[in-house]
Amino acid sequence: MTAVLVTRGLGKRYRRRWALRDCTLQIPAGRVTGLVGPNGAGKSTLLGLATGLLAPTSGDVEVCGAPPARDAAHLARVGFVAQDTPAYAGLTVAEHLRLGARLNPGWDDEGARRRLDRLGLDPGQRAGKLSGGQRAQLALTLGLAKRPELLILDEPVASLDPLARREFLQVLMEAVAERELSVVLSSHVVSDLERVCDHLVVLVDSRVQVAGDVDDLRATHHRLTGPRRPGLTLPSDQRLVHESHTDRQSTLVVRAEGPILDPAWVVGNLSLEDLVLAYMSGPAERRAAPLEAVR
Amino acid sequence: MIEFSLDGQSGVSPYLQVVQQVRQALRLGLLREGDQLPTVKEVVAALAINPNTVLKAYRELERDGLVAARPGVGTFVTRTLADASLAAHEPLRRELERWLAKARRAGLDDESIRALFATAFRSGREVA
Repeated sequence: MTAVLVTRGLGKRYRRRWALRDCTLQIPAGRVTGLVGPNGAGKSTLLGLATGLLAPTSGDVEVCGAPPARDAAHLARVGFVAQDTPAYAGLTVAEHLRLGARLNPGWDDEGARRRLDRLGLDPGQRAGKLSGGQRAQLALTLGLAKRPELLILDEPVASLDPLARREFLQVLMEAVAERELSVVLSSHVVSDLERVCDHLVVLVDSRVQVAGDVDDLRATHHRLTGPRRPGLTLPSDQRLVHESHTDRQSTLVVRAEGPILDPAWVVGNLSLEDLVLAYMSGPAERRAAPLEAVR
Repeated sequence: MIEFSLDGQSGVSPYLQVVQQVRQALRLGLLREGDQLPTVKEVVAALAINPNTVLKAYRELERDGLVAARPGVGTFVTRTLADASLAAHEPLRRELERWLAKARRAGLDDESIRALFATAFRSGREVA
């Protein structure tokens, strides 16, 4: 596996609070990686460290084979769309493109114009007058026109309505289909990521809980339902992710490489959202910040 | 040409949903030998789905010998699944309808019938 983003024991502390702790990760190239977790879990911190906007307190991070923002050539290889997709309110759409062309050596001006034209964005419009969805599309267009190897997006669709959200992800996925592009995007809304991500990193309480290929994660996680059996010891190849018990029934989420053989359980599928929620709430039913289920 | 749709609530991964929808269309005769599947780009544009997911689904169908990719042209159906078992559908359905009538006479509502079927289906699959 070629990795586009590698971290080793990466940590970031603000005064006494650790925003990210002991983070060791390899994010594969050519994939769309979802970084999920509740608000305040450390997602933006991890992305800030990956872009070089933040400096680590401990450990190290490599992006496209070098420390983040090492030099101008390296900066050109990584694109970043910050949270809430900021733009210069006083500049028009066309002025944003001119600025992008000036600042970036490999600028794809024709592609950017074509994309904005298809989206129906008026080049003369000031960015401050754009709707949230249009501004997000402008930011994405700028990020793609830079022709980066890795595009990092921090909560790009969180504030968008469902239609704008779908259109945004559509443009992003079409860009992935057109050329070799690795994408890392964060979200606290898992349902957004279900169809676009093929790799997933779950971050809770400033720590990585689970990371891996989405289909592998789905294939190895199961929901077991059966008569109440608290304090049950699972076979050694199974790991308890989450459990809940009523007076009659037990429901477990387990990670298992092999099949579940115990006939007492009814074995069910987990949606990606259920899987992430199971990691967020943890084995002892400790409640993490609730995950928004917006569809 | 067929169109794919994704059910986010099903717990079935998007790539498997694409595979299942092609197999279903082959089984029902909606797709025949020589028909073209939507291109990866078309599916991506229609569903806002990861292109790798579509590629993975098409590769699996190719491995199963159901479709073949012609580079630069597209992916085409090479084999149908609407086989001899299609003839058996009708008598099986009539039998099932008789069984359903019997279950209703015994006082089972739709929900109980579905639960009973799901349980029997699961235990039947374990035996097989």
